[in-house]
Amino acid sequence: MTETVMADDILEHEEKKSLESREFGFWVYLMTDAVIFALLFASYVVLSKNSAAGPTSKELFDLGHTAGETALLLFSSLTFGFATIAMAAGQAGRVVQWLIVTLLLGLGFLAMEIIEFHGMIAQGAGPGTSGFLSAFFTLVGTHGLHVAFGAVGICVMIGQVLVKGLTLPVRSRLFRLGLFWHFLDIVWIGIFSVVYLPGVM
Amino acid sequence: MDHSAERSLSTYLTGFALAVVLTAIPFTLVWGGLLTGPAVYAVIAVAAVLQVIVHLVFFLHLDLKSTPAENLFFLGFAAVLIFIMVGGSLWIMMDLHHRMM
Amino acid sequence: MLGRLTLDAIPLYSWVAMGGAAVTVGGGIAVFLLITYLRAWKVLWTDWLTSVDHKKIGIMYVVLALVMLVRGFVDALMMRAQQAVALNNEGYLPPEHFEQIFSSHGTIMIFFVAMPFLTGLINIIVPQQIGARDVAFPFLNSVSLWLTAAGAALVLVSLVVGKFSTAGWTGYPPYSGIEYNPGVGVDYWLWALIVSGVGSTASGINFIVTIVKNRCPGMTYMRMPMFTWTTLCISILIAFAFPALTVVAAQLTLDRTLGFHFFTNGDGGNMMLFANLLWIWGHPEVYILILPAFGIFSEVVATFSRKRLFGYKSLVYATACIAILSFTVWLHHFFTMGSSANVNAVFGIATMIIAVPTGVKIFDWMFTMYRGRIEFHPSMVFTIGFMVTFVIGGVTGVLLALPPADYLMHNSTFLVAHFHNMLIPGALFGYFAGLNYWFPKAFGFKLDAKWGIRSFWFWIIGFYLAFMPLYVLGFMGMSRRMEHYADPNWQPYLIVAALGAICVLCGIICIAIQLYVSAKNWGSARDITGDPWNGRTLDWATSSPPAPYNFAVQPDVRDIDAFHDMKIRGVAYQAPANYEDIVMPKSSALGPIIGALGFVLGFAFVWYIWWLAALALVLGLVCVGIRACDDDTDFVMPASEVAKIEGARLAQITAADMHDMQDFVPVGAASGAPLAGRV
Repeated sequence: MTETVMADDILEHEEKKSLESREFGFWVYLMTDAVIFALLFASYVVLSKNSAAGPTSKELFDLGHTAGETALLLFSSLTFGFATIAMAAGQAGRVVQWLIVTLLLGLGFLAMEIIEFHGMIAQGAGPGTSGFLSAFFTLVGTHGLHVAFGAVGICVMIGQVLVKGLTLPVRSRLFRLGLFWHFLDIVWIGIFSVVYLPGVM
Repeated sequence: MDHSAERSLSTYLTGFALAVVLTAIPFTLVWGGLLTGPAVYAVIAVAAVLQVIVHLVFFLHLDLKSTPAENLFFLGFAAVLIFIMVGGSLWIMMDLHHRMM
Repeated sequence: MLGRLTLDAIPLYSWVAMGGAAVTVGGGIAVFLLITYLRAWKVLWTDWLTSVDHKKIGIMYVVLALVMLVRGFVDALMMRAQQAVALNNEGYLPPEHFEQIFSSHGTIMIFFVAMPFLTGLINIIVPQQIGARDVAFPFLNSVSLWLTAAGAALVLVSLVVGKFSTAGWTGYPPYSGIEYNPGVGVDYWLWALIVSGVGSTASGINFIVTIVKNRCPGMTYMRMPMFTWTTLCISILIAFAFPALTVVAAQLTLDRTLGFHFFTNGDGGNMMLFANLLWIWGHPEVYILILPAFGIFSEVVATFSRKRLFGYKSLVYATACIAILSFTVWLHHFFTMGSSANVNAVFGIATMIIAVPTGVKIFDWMFTMYRGRIEFHPSMVFTIGFMVTFVIGGVTGVLLALPPADYLMHNSTFLVAHFHNMLIPGALFGYFAGLNYWFPKAFGFKLDAKWGIRSFWFWIIGFYLAFMPLYVLGFMGMSRRMEHYADPNWQPYLIVAALGAICVLCGIICIAIQLYVSAKNWGSARDITGDPWNGRTLDWATSSPPAPYNFAVQPDVRDIDAFHDMKIRGVAYQAPANYEDIVMPKSSALGPIIGALGFVLGFAFVWYIWWLAALALVLGLVCVGIRACDDDTDFVMPASEVAKIEGARLAQITAADMHDMQDFVPVGAASGAPLAGRV
């Protein structure tokens, strides 16, 4: 009996250590992801004037739409923050509520982006049109794909909080997901500052 | 990384307010056409950098004291490398572009 | 249903290609039958393929590297043979096939020989050098291995089903674009890179976290062994450079598969951007390959000179300098693209600066040997061979770093000679030194030294014969990658180069014989103490092969040469008062499954089998999801079992001849003074 208790103790100690490593590892992963985005940004800037025979950024971008996407993403960062506060207070129900709000905001962002992409492709400005559009769709699409993965992650974490409660591993995963979500908002700052705002001038 | 520490509501709200302001400035300038030429780009760049810092501090809770040194090291290293890679790429490609005109 | 995969994919276009396909398939069948005959499938699956033990993963990496080395070397042999005979005639290889061979040679040697070889050695050794029980993420480690293997499998399969890329290992567009290269070859190349690149990135992150978080008490950064330091530096390089490869490969894939215009000739593409992005990864990659070898040389030279490593701190700083500088020189790979003089000058000067920290290292190793008691173990001989030969490559590198000189020599065989001169002595000799040095640690018995020395002489003589003529040919104006040529003055040099390749072949055969002879006589070369060379670092404190947990008790480190210091203090091989339970990671079948799905995904994309690609992707995500929800990935090894394993080991050591232990002269031994007795 005492032996199993000791084993549990040591397991928990190791788990704590391992979660700490995971949090640091995830941080390093985010840095590598930042390099991916940085190079997609560099590619975009190099190709941004190469609209060939296709439409230019000025003809395609709608700042109002971008402002809407920005607002959704920024609000979702805030609501994820609220979920984190609820987690620190140990309120599992609140965590789930705020995660659902975050999820909805994220999905709203994705819907707006899909509408934008669809509209562009419908008017003959798909990624195969020009170097500019290839770079645009790849950069913004990669960000969108990340948001989609983040949304899947939120769904998984809602399930885990409901099933397992706020256990140590669940809290650590939620924390890492939060890092990811805030990181995507930071990338979005780059996207509207490098792609959309200069694009309409 | 100590994420169980108390995260006060006000931190997030302050960050949010700052982010809204720093987003609104460049959007208004460009939308209203209030500024032209290199000045707009400068404002957009400064606002973007400031907002990134706001997000890091208020949302990711980066802090020179409590954040582990290795996390800060990797963030700084990534920033330097991104500067070298993006800056170098743009320099090289713009230079080529210029010579091919 | 099967995309563009039809029966035409079988390489009937040349008898040589058919032969290659037959050997590949035959080899696969032979291995399958052998395992079946030995009834080893179950053991193989439970003890090896699904293992998350870093030592076993490391061994599997090295096995992969050695197998792929043979494949990549056959390519080299075929190229040398072709160029030796193809004066004013077509030789025996059609151009299309010759192009595939030089493309696959480069791709294999970089991605599937050098990368797995160094990752394997790092896996086996680094956790032991820092007194850790495993890497930070054992399961991720297994996924990395199997994704690397999946990439290698894609290259091998291209030999049998379809063709490999004809665009060289760097695959520059527009030639590698869909317009000029509509087949599957470039896609095989791209997907091999993407799939294995994801694995490498994960490895990089894994070892960063391992070294930062899993060091034992007392193991400060400035007490880490040099091999661990170089590993930390290259892990950082991997984590920050491989994303560039992922980006550029994904962009070319989008161009080829979905009609994007990143690098196309028209429609606003910019093919020069490809060269720029590729080399942002490519130059750090050179150091990713070479720095671990520098770490191995540092360990070997200290052990077999019986002295503390000279200038430990300068070696650490030099390594860090090289790591950072490696991100600032990428343009020197395309000086001739047309940048202005200012741009070329900046990158040229940055390139030359790298020679300084590299020179520091060479001097440190020489001063370590100075007045040491040098023992000519095969790993030491490889190290000395490296030092002499690598300097020549370094000098030609500084020459190429001058943009005006580069305009004359770029794309010539001079360049080919230069980078082989860096990578064969600089990387491969290091890995061979590591193989000879750490083999007993991994398997519990020493490698035969006689055959090791023989392999060294064949390798180094073969190297000089094969590549010195290429320097000359470069000056004579011979371009690289020529399928045939018309200048009779070149042929004698090319024949000498071919003889060099045959000599290297003998070197590889010697290594095979070395492995065979050593395995046959393993009983007489057993390493009972776990410290066969009187080593200095913590990796020699474990048993050979180490117990699954490496260290029963976390060591207490007080010196740079931690184990050497423990031997002097008389605390090595001491049983602790009592043992503790140890937490171990459970094996997982998900690693090989994710690897297999990675292979299927790549294969499906190469052949445009969209439903299969989607299926592999979804299943892959399901695997990741299953793992992400699993809270029960560890088990506890009870203290009683640890005590049993350790007790058996210590009993054996007391029985064994502990001659090494008698050799110590404690006074001054740790100070690094050159003549402090037999230290």
